[in-house]
Amino acid sequence: MNHLDLLTFARGSALNWALMIFAAGVVLRLFEIFGLSRKPDLARPRSDSPGSGWRTMLSRSIPPQGMLKRDPVTYIGGYVFHLGLLLAIFFFAPHIEFFRSMTGLHWPNLPTALVDASVVAAIAALGVLLAHRLNNKVKRMLSGSGDYLAWAVTLLPLLTGYMAYHHLLFEYALMLSLHIFSVELLLVLLPFTKLFHTFSVFVSRWYNGDFFGRKGVAS
Amino acid sequence: MKKTQKAEVIPGSVGEGLAQRGVTRREFLKYCSSLAALLALPPSMASAMAEAISKARRQSVIWLSFQECTGCTESITRSHSPTLENLIFDLISLDYHHTLQAASGEAAEQARMQAMKDNDGKYLVIVDGSIPLGNPGYSCIAGISNHDMLVETAKGAAAIVAVGTCAAFGGLPMADPNPTGAVSVGDIIKDKPIINVPGCPPIPVVMTGVLAHFLTFGGLPEMDALGRPKSFYGDTIHDRCYRRPFYDQGKFAQSFDDEAARNGWCLFKLGCKGPVTYNACATTKWNDGTSFPIQSGHGCIGCSEPDFWDAGSFYKALSMPVSATSSMLAGAAAVGAAAGVAITWHNRSTKAAAKAAHEKVTVQDLTREVK
Repeated sequence: MNHLDLLTFARGSALNWALMIFAAGVVLRLFEIFGLSRKPDLARPRSDSPGSGWRTMLSRSIPPQGMLKRDPVTYIGGYVFHLGLLLAIFFFAPHIEFFRSMTGLHWPNLPTALVDASVVAAIAALGVLLAHRLNNKVKRMLSGSGDYLAWAVTLLPLLTGYMAYHHLLFEYALMLSLHIFSVELLLVLLPFTKLFHTFSVFVSRWYNGDFFGRKGVAS
Repeated sequence: MKKTQKAEVIPGSVGEGLAQRGVTRREFLKYCSSLAALLALPPSMASAMAEAISKARRQSVIWLSFQECTGCTESITRSHSPTLENLIFDLISLDYHHTLQAASGEAAEQARMQAMKDNDGKYLVIVDGSIPLGNPGYSCIAGISNHDMLVETAKGAAAIVAVGTCAAFGGLPMADPNPTGAVSVGDIIKDKPIINVPGCPPIPVVMTGVLAHFLTFGGLPEMDALGRPKSFYGDTIHDRCYRRPFYDQGKFAQSFDDEAARNGWCLFKLGCKGPVTYNACATTKWNDGTSFPIQSGHGCIGCSEPDFWDAGSFYKALSMPVSATSSMLAGAAAVGAAAGVAITWHNRSTKAAAKAAHEKVTVQDLTREVK
């Protein structure tokens, strides 16, 4: 199999299967989570808590007072990584073409050099966050294999994409294939690992915010 | 008075042929300089090339055309005279070529046999077109199948040049579902040096450059993993494209006739395969250096790469899926939803079963443990 064949396979059958597993997996997990439901609330709360869920969705994205100073690596590293990843996924012209072909939606892209810089920042942030995780006793204790797997499968698309663009290690068609394969690995694993927070993070924040803002007895 | 040194003319040599055609040594040196540059050789090699080529006997060449469209022959011959491409015909003795030779039938085959006999072990075989293995009748010449003619002719060849993507990699005839069982030259011939000069068609000067290299050095130039001469196929179209800066700036044409396309912005979004295509179009260009497809406003279709016909639509960007559709995703989501309902039902029935099995414990059920 030559490099172009490999790329065609990566863009063809492999991508089809990865996308289907991803779509089925995400919907399945959402059904599973929402299907858990709660028992009917038989006790009337003392007062309503309007908007506390929505407020928490936002407030949990901002460090609580004093925490930024106490643990700057986690917060700044997290921001840099997520922002870099967001820009790379949604504002790189070739990626927008992908979304356009799947959904018909498209939006303006950023200059490639800017996306390139954001990828470098995201990769660096991932490196710093891993080092911090390994050096911090509490974080290390809390970390399991799932955390390291999530870290690795997130790093791979960024790294291979960067290397493909800069023609590093392998020739472009091969490196682009590896990049697409790494994205496919991410797509397949996302619904079934901690990476599912992509879909559940704001739902769970709303839920927590609403629940904690409630003054009453929930059965 | 200073004596001018005249180049020695050897009877039957290329030099003699050139002299007869009125090609001056100065013109020939210029030609060799440009060939040396194209082949990425140092400038000092130009005079060595001129020396070697002018003394060489005209190279016997047998050109075999199999499952092809004659585009490769058109490419090498459709150039304005006098050009490098025409000049190269002074360097070779084209002993057999269906399209260009006057003879036909038995006489033509006789010419091939004669050339093979006279130049055993020395002649060059150029092949354009793929070879069908499905049924010999799909393509045969004078009752001889393409396969048999290739094997027979290759036996005494010094080297084989597979010209065009069909000969080099199977090309269009090999495209899915490959109805004739087409294969490339390299799939059949394993014991001879083969150089692939792919393209649909290849650039004329790439073909002539390879021939000139063979005449000068008596061997094949440095090649890549796909057997292509590195001097012509060393870079991607994208990396040498004059529209490349627009790719880096994120400026793309959205359609073939929009303002951006007219301003020369990158054609990536319109399906250009330049980033994965190795060829010299962006540097040597076509039609006497006039232009190349991207300059004319159309994206590269990747014609010098193996299986380019089956690499998805020419008009889909490289980052687009080859065949995935939104309905495919919707179907998968429906399957996920059905599985989700089943799992939810299972979870709830487990919960309900646990609740049903739960036995209430009252104070009467409790017994004091007697010490």
